[in-house]
Formats: sequence, C-alpha cells, structure tokens
Amino acid sequence: MVWRKVAIVAITAIFELCQSAWTQTPTYGVGRTPTPEEIRAWDIAISPTGKELPQGHGSAKEGAALFVSKGCGGCHGASGSGGHAPTLVPSKGAQPAMAMTCLAPCVNDSNAMAIHSPFATTIWDYINRGMPLGKEGSLTPNEVYALTAYILYKSNVVKEDDVMDAENLPKVKMPNRDGFALPPAWKHGAPRLPGYPQNR
Amino acid sequence: MDSKKPNRRGFLRGSAALAGLAGAKVARGQTQGMPPKKIDELIAYGERSRFVNSIRVPVAERHSPDEFGLTFHVLTPLQDSSGIITPSSLFYTATHRGSYVPDIDPKEHRLMIHGMVDRPLIFTMEELKRLPYVSRIHFIECLGNRARPTHKTVQETHGLTSCAEWTGVPLSLLLKEAGVQSAASWIVAEGAEEVKGASSIPLAKAMDDCMVCYAMNGEPLRPQQGFPLRLMAPGFEGIYQIKYLRRIKLVDRYYMTYDDYGHINPDPKVTALTHEIGPKSVITFPSGGQQLSGPGFYEISGLAWSGTAAIKSVEVSTDGGRSWKSAELRSPALPMAHTRFGLHWSWNGQESILMSRCTDALGSIQPTRAEVAKYWNQPLDGNFRVPGADNSVQPWRVAADGSVHNGLA
Repeated sequence: MVWRKVAIVAITAIFELCQSAWTQTPTYGVGRTPTPEEIRAWDIAISPTGKELPQGHGSAKEGAALFVSKGCGGCHGASGSGGHAPTLVPSKGAQPAMAMTCLAPCVNDSNAMAIHSPFATTIWDYINRGMPLGKEGSLTPNEVYALTAYILYKSNVVKEDDVMDAENLPKVKMPNRDGFALPPAWKHGAPRLPGYPQNR
Repeated sequence: MDSKKPNRRGFLRGSAALAGLAGAKVARGQTQGMPPKKIDELIAYGERSRFVNSIRVPVAERHSPDEFGLTFHVLTPLQDSSGIITPSSLFYTATHRGSYVPDIDPKEHRLMIHGMVDRPLIFTMEELKRLPYVSRIHFIECLGNRARPTHKTVQETHGLTSCAEWTGVPLSLLLKEAGVQSAASWIVAEGAEEVKGASSIPLAKAMDDCMVCYAMNGEPLRPQQGFPLRLMAPGFEGIYQIKYLRRIKLVDRYYMTYDDYGHINPDPKVTALTHEIGPKSVITFPSGGQQLSGPGFYEISGLAWSGTAAIKSVEVSTDGGRSWKSAELRSPALPMAHTRFGLHWSWNGQESILMSRCTDALGSIQPTRAEVAKYWNQPLDGNFRVPGADNSVQPWRVAADGSVHNGLA
C-alpha cells in the first residue's frame, strides 16, 4: 500500500517535471528575438522602483523655464492650474488627495498628480510618454527630470534646489504614498467582493 | 513609429470647411447630404438602409472631437440595439486622455513580449496570424458608465458598454512561448498610440482568458477599436483592453502607470469593485426618451452582463421593485458577454416604473442603489455615488401619456 502510494507520488512528480519543462520550451517557434536596442527603445513603463529610469537629471528651476518654452501653460494654465487640461499644481497649495480621481481629465485641485500619485515615477513616466500633446516622446530625459522636479516643487513635495535623477526620484516621499489599495489577487471564477452587497 | 498622426492643420482646415457645408445634417445621419453611392460601390461594401439612422454620440462631459481633434468617449445607441452583438461601427469608443485614432500600417506593426521571460519575442501581424486562435463573445464596459439623474436616454446612462465577437491568439500561448519566469506576477500591456496607454494586469488573469485580438465581428479590428491589435481581458473594465497593443512586459509588481493611477482608491473593498464589472442589466425598451403609443402589449427587452461569469437569471419589475417576475433569456448566456432578456408586458396605461436586476453564475446579484448605500452605510440622497464600478439597478418611469423617463431624475 505504502509503496504503491510512493510510486504514484514519484510518477506524478516526474510527470509534472516533464510538463513544466515542456511548457518552458517554445512550441511554435514563431517570432524572433528582439535586439537589445529594440527593447530599450520601447521599455518606457517606469516601475515604482525606478528600474527603467534613464541616466539624467533636472532641477525645478530648469523645469520652470521648460514649462514656458515647451508651452505647457497653454493647456495646463500658466501656473499649472486653471487650464482645460488636468491641473498640475494646486492653485491653493497642497491639498489632501480625493479618494477617487476622475476619469476624465481633472481640472481641479484635489487630483493634481503630485498630490495624488503614490510614486513620483508615475509623473516622470507620463510626461515622458504622453507630453507635450502632439509631440509625445520628444522630450530628453533631462527635460523630463526637470519638469517632474518643477511640478513636485510647485506642489511643495521637494525643494526648489533639489536635483532629480534616476537615483532619488523613486525615493521622493509622496504625500499620498500609502493612499491606495492594490487590486486583490485575481482568481478565475471568484466574485469581486464576497458578500457584496448582501445575500438576498 | 508605427502610428501616423493626421496633419493637425489639415484636419482643422477640413473640419472648418465641413462645418460650413454640413453642420446639422452630419449630426443627424452620416449618409444624409452626401451623394448616393454607386451600385458597384454598394456591391463591394454594403451599407444600411437610409431609413435606419441610429448613431453614437459623444459623452456630454467632453465633446469628440474636441478642440484638438481628439476623440474622447463616445456612447453606443443601446436603445436601438437587438440581440447581443454591437455592430463594430456603433461599438462604444473610449481613449486614454483623449487621443488621435492612429493610422497604423499592419505591415509595420509589432508586438514585443519581454521582461521576466526566458526568451523575449517580437511578432509581426503575419506571424501572430499563423498561431492557433480562438473566437469568443465578450462585452467591454468603461468604468465611467454611470447613470446620472440628468441623463435622458439609455445611451447616456449605459452607452459605454458594447459586446462583440473577438478573434485572436490566447495570451497564455504567447507567454508560454516566451517562457514566463517564476518571479513574474504582473504584466504591463501598452499601446502604440501617441499616449501609449498602459495598464498593469495580474499575471493570473493574463494566463487565464486574455486574448491578443486582431479581429472583431468577423473582420479586422476597426481603427477606433485598436487596429491592428488589441488586448481582450474579459470582464475587466475598458481601460485594460489595450488598443494598438505593441508591448507586453512581464514584471514583479503593480507598475502604477498613469492609467493605473487614475483608478486608485485607499479602500481595498472599493478597489475590489473597481477593476472588474459587477453583474449589471438595463432595460433598453422601453427606455428613456422612447414613447409608447398607448395601452396594450409590449415586449420588454434588455441586456444583462457580468465581468466574472455568465448571466444565470434576470428579473423584471413593472411596479418600481415591489414585485419581480423572471425574465426569459433570449440569447446564449455566455461568460462575460451581453445576454439579451425579454418579458411580456401588458401596459394598463397607468404610470409604471420598470426595472431589471440580474444574478450571475457565481450567485452575485445586481444591487439597487438603496442596497449599495446600505452596504456602505451612507445616506441615499442626490449626492450618493456607487463606489467602484456602478452596476446598480436602473429605473425607467413610463408616464400615463406613454413617454418614458429616467427614474433617477
């Protein structure tokens, strides 16, 4: 009896090993390996750890000049608020984050990104990928660091002479650092929130 | 790189000329005021009757196209819908931030899979189409699909949901081909449009039922729906269904992309109700803005769907929720798909409040706003907002004169 059980366990283990080895081998062999340059060019999502941040640096002072020269104020307002694009700098200084950002671009103080985003990397990421409108992806890393520093400084998150770089940007203590819950672990066929709203 | 932006100056010139020419005619129906097509053109590519003029409309909160020529959120005319498939030309449209719809040459388009994998891979469209594929019917709904008292029609209250047949390669197949490393726990999926919309998705979901789709309703995806390639994450809210998909990175954490950030909430319960769509239904006939011609027989018709399972049952009330009758399912009840329901109704000519509520195969029940308010221990007043995705019951008020109105007003 015992031996039979051991045999079954052993066979199952061997089978599982084979299976996992099998799944790790390409089945179809379609597609090719991208070059390191191809990966680098597209690898633009910035982790909260800052892993993908490129070398470079920028200060709030440089950012203030870029804010004017790149025309940011045209959409976001000359001082970062009051435009028809999302508010970047709360008009009344730092304010507590709202529980829920609005899905449409938010033109109000409570949802300014420097106040609401738990990580400064998100600001760098979005300026880099999505700004300026119509010339997305045209800013250099130094320019993105400078504009990020400017928005953080104007929102009272960093000091005016702080120079932002790949090393310190992920470490900026954001006002809403802990103001979010991670999505729950996803499981096939599980209700979103057991017992919600009630059992009828 | 693969996306070409329309020349903005050209666009503005063109639209100014159009505005002078057409104006209200264009708004009423796309074929009106234009020269009739030649018969050989119609033989090549058919079009609907000139007597059928159901159209999408932009959300009231932000017009599309906006002053930059960007498309934002556009509502599907659910009040005119039949069955469960939304025609591709009427499928609701939403973009990140407001975006140009890119003009991508599929020959130039690539999908790259990299990050925590044994073998980074890059595919052409032609290569993706060589791989085994599946076709499945799934809805997509925007988290912003939220009825307000000011809305008049079901297009305004519920028009940010649509359902189509999607064809593509199971994402799990592509990920196995690349060899997912054991430390990976999330993917970041990203588009090729100018804002490169990106979302973090749990690896468990990616390996379960996500698809990399190149076709919709039997033809290549429409540009507004992500041509040439989009992600389908069944039951997840719209922002996860990454259009113009060009990159999937395997990572070990939630990346807090701009689109992720736009949906954060400090309450884990609200977060749990935000990313997947709850069981939801709405009556599409009779619905707000429609007119009953007089007392007598009417077939009540509506749609039910759930982001976690198939629809098991739908109930309809014609007396404001005092009593409920079982509706009949009039279509296949597929997982994470619109399901059509119907109920015979003899209207006696008196004011009636019509409502529907559904239960999905997991036993989750669509709540009324009162039930939601009670759960959160909040007063049910004009300011009450359903936390997470709003799947609350929608009332329609049929007045004695046969006119139909939003019951939330």
